[in-house]
Amino acid sequence: MSEHHHDHDHDHSELSETELRVRALETILTEKGYVEPAALDAIIQAYETKIGPHNGARVVAKAWTDPDFKKALLEDGSKAIGTLGHVSRVGDHLVVVENTPERHNMVVCTLCSCYPWEMLGLPPVWYKAAPYRSRAVKDPRGVLADFDVSLPKGMEIRVWDSTAETRFLVLPMRPAGTEGWSEEQLAELVTRDSMIGTGFPRTPGAPS
Amino acid sequence: MNGVHDMGGMDGFGKVEPEPNEPMFHEEWESRVLAMVRAMGAAGAFNIDTSRFYRETLPPHVYLSSSYYKKWFLGLEEMLIEKGYLTREEVAAGHAMQPAKALKHGKFDLTQVERIMVRGKFARPAPAAAKFNIGDRVRAKNIHPATHTRLPRYVRGHVGVVELNHGCHVFPDSAAMELGENPQWLYTVVFEGRDLWGEDGDPTLKVSIDAFEPYLDPA
Repeated sequence: MSEHHHDHDHDHSELSETELRVRALETILTEKGYVEPAALDAIIQAYETKIGPHNGARVVAKAWTDPDFKKALLEDGSKAIGTLGHVSRVGDHLVVVENTPERHNMVVCTLCSCYPWEMLGLPPVWYKAAPYRSRAVKDPRGVLADFDVSLPKGMEIRVWDSTAETRFLVLPMRPAGTEGWSEEQLAELVTRDSMIGTGFPRTPGAPS
Repeated sequence: MNGVHDMGGMDGFGKVEPEPNEPMFHEEWESRVLAMVRAMGAAGAFNIDTSRFYRETLPPHVYLSSSYYKKWFLGLEEMLIEKGYLTREEVAAGHAMQPAKALKHGKFDLTQVERIMVRGKFARPAPAAAKFNIGDRVRAKNIHPATHTRLPRYVRGHVGVVELNHGCHVFPDSAAMELGENPQWLYTVVFEGRDLWGEDGDPTLKVSIDAFEPYLDPA
């Protein structure tokens, strides 16, 4: 793979075939008046700044501290999150699934790469790649081992295959030793992977 | 279609490899592809189901060897050509040569950016009562359409239980082929891991899909 090229003026021979093709397509779409390059820039900037796992983490932390919110969240994720003005809007079909001592939840999209972008940001490469998509529904414990995660032997593992426009967010269990913590402190413990179900929240005192 | 995109349960792809401190984009062009797909979709050149279908119809070896954004790019280019928004000659030349085709929602400009950062709505009024209730046993149909479907192969023919009813949603099988939204009831249906994978399967595993009513028979 070639390196990043942010300088658009240098010799095209240094650009990969894909870069050249992508640039050509943008040129054509622009010349035909379909898109404004500045609008494309703004889309990218919005993805880079507005969405990300911090949104999901705030929702999880609130659910850990506010039982009424948690109840509402599990009943209708989109509606409950809609009441939090500061979290990006999630559309209509977000389902929040709760981890318990009896059951661990994990989310995949075997057919493409559906993912709750508004809650977690753009998905990581592994989520979109064949190893995860193929194996999560058949051997989820094997997949978790790739993340150095293991579950108690008899614990139920529930895999949610996102085959429609519903999106799933895992509500992980609140770590022990966090009694009295504020929402802001708790949100720092919530990892992206803990909301996909391929990890756990950080434990208090562990390096982030 | 029974394509390589339908990966659930396939073996041989190796370990999952998380990348520490993964950047949002690995190459700048990936971000341009993301933005072009979002912009042209919002402008009305295609719907989300059609765009998925174009990625699925990439040749299997291309699908498997291309990164996520490469698949997005290849699908986008082919879709825009086939739908008449650009020509192969223009792609080869790298410049516009023909008049533009009108976009349903007009040019994608700066004023449009805010609206695409909110997920679209896919729920629709119900054309008929739901056939299934929570707790009903249902069998995923043994169907093999050559066109787009969201019923993965690994559940076809298997019996599961209706766990959630999400209301009526746009039916991807119709929308992808531009045959209208044809709204259908959508359910979460949960299967026992061993029903799907046999006696060697993980006994603690349950797998659910979200299944549109036409994918299901009573069981």
